[in-house]
Amino acid sequence: MSPPILETKGLEAWYGPARALHGVDFEVEDGGVTAVLGANGAGKTTILRALSGLIRRTGDIRFRGRPIGALATEDVARLGIAHVPDGRGTFVDLTVEENLRLGAYVRADRQSVRADFDRMFGLFPRLAERRRQQAGTLSGGEQQMLAIARALLMRPSLLMLDEPSFGLAPLVVAEIFRALGEINRDEGVSLLIVEQNASLALDLADRAVLIETGRVALSGPSQMIRADDAVRRAYLGY
Amino acid sequence: MGEFLHQLASGLALGGVYAIMALALVMIYQATHLINFAQGEMAMFSTYFAWKLMDLGEPYWFAFFATIVASFICGVVIERLVVRPFANAPILASVIVFIGLSLIFNSLAGWLYGFSVTSFDSPFNGRPWFGAGYMSAHEAGAIVVTLCVLALVYAFFRLTPLGLAMRAAAQNPVSSRLVGIRVGWMLAIGWGLAAAIGSVAGMMAAPIVYLDPNMMGGVLLYAFAGAVLGGIDNPFGAVFGGVAVGVLGNLIGAYLVGDEVKLSVALAIIIAVLVWRPSGLFGRRLVARV
Amino acid sequence: MADADSAPGALVAIAVAVFALAFPFAASGYHIYQGAQVLILAIALLGLNLLTGFNGQISLGHGAFFAIGSYGAAILMVKFGLPYWAAIPLASVVCFIAGFLFGFPALRFGGLYLALATFALAVATPQILSYKGFDALTGGSQGLTLAKPSVPFGIALTPDQWLYLVCLACAAAHYWAARNLVRGRIGRALVAIRDQPIAAETMGINAALYKTTCFGVSALYAGVAGGLSTLAVGFVSPESFGLALSLAFLVGIVVGGLASLGGALFGALFIEFVPNIADQLTVSFGEGAKALPGAIYGALLILVMAAMPTGVAGAARAAARAFAPSRQAKVEKGGVGVAVKYEGKEESP
Repeated sequence: MSPPILETKGLEAWYGPARALHGVDFEVEDGGVTAVLGANGAGKTTILRALSGLIRRTGDIRFRGRPIGALATEDVARLGIAHVPDGRGTFVDLTVEENLRLGAYVRADRQSVRADFDRMFGLFPRLAERRRQQAGTLSGGEQQMLAIARALLMRPSLLMLDEPSFGLAPLVVAEIFRALGEINRDEGVSLLIVEQNASLALDLADRAVLIETGRVALSGPSQMIRADDAVRRAYLGY
Repeated sequence: MGEFLHQLASGLALGGVYAIMALALVMIYQATHLINFAQGEMAMFSTYFAWKLMDLGEPYWFAFFATIVASFICGVVIERLVVRPFANAPILASVIVFIGLSLIFNSLAGWLYGFSVTSFDSPFNGRPWFGAGYMSAHEAGAIVVTLCVLALVYAFFRLTPLGLAMRAAAQNPVSSRLVGIRVGWMLAIGWGLAAAIGSVAGMMAAPIVYLDPNMMGGVLLYAFAGAVLGGIDNPFGAVFGGVAVGVLGNLIGAYLVGDEVKLSVALAIIIAVLVWRPSGLFGRRLVARV
Repeated sequence: MADADSAPGALVAIAVAVFALAFPFAASGYHIYQGAQVLILAIALLGLNLLTGFNGQISLGHGAFFAIGSYGAAILMVKFGLPYWAAIPLASVVCFIAGFLFGFPALRFGGLYLALATFALAVATPQILSYKGFDALTGGSQGLTLAKPSVPFGIALTPDQWLYLVCLACAAAHYWAARNLVRGRIGRALVAIRDQPIAAETMGINAALYKTTCFGVSALYAGVAGGLSTLAVGFVSPESFGLALSLAFLVGIVVGGLASLGGALFGALFIEFVPNIADQLTVSFGEGAKALPGAIYGALLILVMAAMPTGVAGAARAAARAFAPSRQAKVEKGGVGVAVKYEGKEESP
């Protein structure tokens, strides 16, 4: 068993003076998929922001065994952690093509970047059609695909997604999650997915963490989480 | 008719200078949402630097490009040392800091080079020029230089990866960080670029308005008027606005109210635009979320 | 001057008052003139501080209102023969109206654009003043000259001393008025508008009215100062009212302390004497020393913002608090606005 690609111990995070995470422990297996579940405001998005260094955080955060808790956001990104934020984080005034080029900004190898572009357009054909269109005019689903494609162009080892299903039609969501599964299986990109749609996330994930008011309430293999009665009633609706 | 064309032509030349300054202002505004009140004094200081180089015997074009490079570096350094610590400060603090910078540059120039008016040579004068009936060779040269600067800046931002990264950093710093862009350095480079093109504006303006530490006060005001008129968050608008102010100012000054009150015309433009259409002709309408 | 409600503050205030009263009888003519200038500048700084420090509206153009007061008083006295005690109040009313009217478009501008517009105003003012069309009134680029006011009722004072005492009385009255304003409901409303404009509106504060009125009042203060300055100096000309004047005012309130009324005196002392000292230095160090005031102003603006956002008065208050903490809620706080410490952007969850 290779060591986890990401693990946190005692992760705490603050918005200004207010503490939002009170010691969160979890891990993402190398090549695995971990889902972060919980209600609105539980602290799921906060976790991703803390990992990316967008907010003040303390605690032990290790990426491939190396502590990253003191790194600036751009340095975390350059290590190979791609974060697709809630709201997609699209550069709305730039074209689709320019958004993608920004994903590849830190890469020097032009050949493989070009190849990756082709792969992204293969994965998400709708983006190819809208290459020169202004990104802000894309639909929600297309912007989500764009955000994921941009993140993938970074050639990350870990892809973190914040509520990828939010506000999207079920068919589009299915397409996106299918693509995510492909990316994980075929390229070995580890995934950390924050989702309110628990059922969807648990289908894809092999591990899950349940967050309640900034603390880990439950964590373990996704089968176990899915079978848990309390989780079933509160988050799966049956 | 000849007089009209002459006013139009020199208005275009001056307008080019204003357009470059307005562009510098917009570049900084887009990245930081701040107006660099020190832009004029920085350009003036750069112009003195060029003058000093020529005084020491260097040929014009060497001084020209050396000044551009030196101004770029200076702009980067100022952003890192002076502007950066106030990045999260309230607007009033930033305004005060910029005014402080302008005072420092102004007095530094006065101390190093004296407060009396000096002449600044143009590389264009003295050559035969077919349009001499309507505008001086320098004015024509200034227009050409302006166009080159604008074209280069446009090409930089549209076609190079660094330019793209800078645009991204200005529009959405958080997302830019998430793709690994060092936003802080993008800001510094932005300041450097603004200082560099500001120095070009100064060097083009100096043969017309003559070199003294207070030469850029009026130019800055016209640049403000142009940027506000065109839309302070729109580079094309800023360029258009700068040229418009140059031409309009000349025409209004020549035919309506007299040259001596052109500054008041700029003031009137600023107030009128801010009252009736704050986002300018081409800027984005800002809505504040309550 | 620290908070005059506390014991040490009251002592300081009394000491200052005693000194100010005794001063004209101990000093020579030129120094009395300088003293009057300090008081004049203090009035202008009080006005600007009300607007920028307490109400958060950035004005880089208060020199223009000072000019309106100056020229207004001069014109009324020279061209219409009014006595100074009528001309100055009249001119200051004109300033109030001008400021109030400027306050309306200022409502639309908001912080940065207001700074820009007032900057433009400051740069354009000398040109407007020397406009040929107004020559008959303003005396064009030559300006207007007038005689110093004579001492009334044969009181045994020199004209310099009388002028100084007039300025002192005005300064005291204006300070007292400003202090009452700031400590009352109006002051709290102004600060609320500065710090949380939207919340203030939802609480029923008519921000527009307060802001335009504040603009008018601060212009009035500048106008009074301008009028008194005309008396003291004896002439007006367009060059005296350029950008440098407005920026000097800014330096004065920053150094003295944003949102600090007592600091106005210190700020005035500063901007009166720094150029003075620099002038004296030119004797020893040559023409280059003329550049010194600008450099000092500029450096101080930056340093004060970095280290002491509340200016000298704020630092003095902080020191005083260390010795005698007062439990009274203070309105005169960090005049730069809500966040005095620039740590990091506040993220919202």
